[in-house]
Amino acid sequence: MSETKGPLLRVEELTHHYGIHLGCRDVDFELYPGEVLGIVGESGSGKTTLLKTISGQLRPSEGHVAFNTRTEGLRDVWAMSEPERRMLMRTDWGIVYQSPREGLRMNVSAGANVGERLMAIGQRHYGNIRSETVDWLERVEMDLGRINDMPETFSGGMQQRLQIARNLITKPRLVFMDEPTSGLDVSVQARLLDLIRGLVSRLGIACIVVTHDLGVVRLLSNRLMVMQNGSVVEQGLTDRVLDDPQNPYTQLLVSSILPV
Amino acid sequence: MTDQMTAEMAETVAPRSSGGAQHGVERIAGYNFAYLDEQTKRMIRRAILKAVAIPGYQVPFGSREMPLPYGWGTGGIQVTASVIGPDDTLKVIDQGADDTTNAVNIRRFFAKTAGVATTEKTVEATIIQTRHRIPETPLSENQIIVYQVPIPEPLRSLERRETETRKMHALADYGVMHVSLYEDIAHFGRITKSYDYPVMVHDRYVMAPSPIPRFDNPKMDQMPALQLFGAGREKRLYAVPPYTKVKSLDFDDHPFTIETWEESCALCGATDSYLDEVILDDEGNRMFVCSDSDYCRERREAGHVGKGPQPRKDEAASPGDAQ
Repeated sequence: MSETKGPLLRVEELTHHYGIHLGCRDVDFELYPGEVLGIVGESGSGKTTLLKTISGQLRPSEGHVAFNTRTEGLRDVWAMSEPERRMLMRTDWGIVYQSPREGLRMNVSAGANVGERLMAIGQRHYGNIRSETVDWLERVEMDLGRINDMPETFSGGMQQRLQIARNLITKPRLVFMDEPTSGLDVSVQARLLDLIRGLVSRLGIACIVVTHDLGVVRLLSNRLMVMQNGSVVEQGLTDRVLDDPQNPYTQLLVSSILPV
Repeated sequence: MTDQMTAEMAETVAPRSSGGAQHGVERIAGYNFAYLDEQTKRMIRRAILKAVAIPGYQVPFGSREMPLPYGWGTGGIQVTASVIGPDDTLKVIDQGADDTTNAVNIRRFFAKTAGVATTEKTVEATIIQTRHRIPETPLSENQIIVYQVPIPEPLRSLERRETETRKMHALADYGVMHVSLYEDIAHFGRITKSYDYPVMVHDRYVMAPSPIPRFDNPKMDQMPALQLFGAGREKRLYAVPPYTKVKSLDFDDHPFTIETWEESCALCGATDSYLDEVILDDEGNRMFVCSDSDYCRERREAGHVGKGPQPRKDEAASPGDAQ
């Protein structure tokens, strides 16, 4: 992979309105290769809207999202043609959804779910697709005996790991995660976070993680953005923001962590 | 309809022998030629022209209520009604046979409403409306084959949203199509889809070939005849122009294959045709016969004999009656 210099992703004055309602407003940031950015905030603060507008699922009302493509450098994602954007979304990007039902095809087997991206980018050799699928299922610590089972029969944690394998098989450079661990019990959460942290650091994948769980961001992210009412109220290094919050809302958020 | 009319119709329609073009059926009064009104036929012809211009692309059209239920060939019948002329000879087959209810009734429908000649011989027909099969006898440039299609969207089982499937067709975004084939290999070790096997038309559109056995898929490739597909309920029609490339989807290491049989046809001994299994009794006896009744009859008339029990002379010579 030829590493291009400069930021991997540049977001400028990104705003999204749902009719008269505000989704998110004037968000600016840059993301460098291998960096993990956490976005936190309470429910309804615009975290998911922001993620969707960045990740090509929701066209922004104003502002730009530019991605550093492998061949042509920084390009505005929303100025690309739709086939180009779709290609980008299934090769260099990955999206892990909060609900596995959104991110997986529930009516085909685990193996087909993981191999789908390879088939979508034109691989037509069953044996090769199968062996890569097996390789990735191993990496996310899945039981290979269940490769032909339907995702429906898997537990929540396994479904999330399946989503991760499905996204990482094309070796993306940027992965979006929307609340990847909510809805899982704490021990499964811990294992999943450990897995994500390991994969991300080993493969050098840049990541944007949206969550309301400050524990998750402390573990995963290098940098942190705090959102309230659609705006970014504070951003900085994760440890700095969590240990020395400046904004009143961030102070409230940090102080609301329940002591264990 | 008066009793007198019914009686007249019964008289004119009844004589029917196996094979051979027949005239002498008179059009019944009160209907436009071939049932549909001229405006509707014009609308459908326009859609057909578009479909021929873009091979494999599903063209929406204003499907009409027809005097038969959805699923019985309302799409095919509308396409046939739009392309048929007084000089045409029509053949209708259902599962390869000319003498099943669906085939007999559609043939009689056009005999009555268009007064056209009908036939059971593939070579004599100018228009062949079909459900589930392509005749074994190769078609010529002078023929049109009309398929009845229940589900025109090949992506339907994988993607439920119509807006999304249309977008996938527009962008030729067909990777997911292979997922269903992958599933077959993963579970059974080979591609088991045996009918409605998806094809790529002219290297551009993925198309559902209607529920024909995959045995018939290779016949669609570079076929000299015009192929028209009508789906009445789904209000779509599409086409494959003559001499167009039609390729069945597959994997490099699991190439497309057609069905094979160890048996030959019990009546005519054919080894190259699609065989139907016929259960003879409840003691496990069965026979295999050609699904294409016209092909089978032609072979028997040419003196070929199979290994199975032969139909008696006084019986109608079609495989369906052989048991």
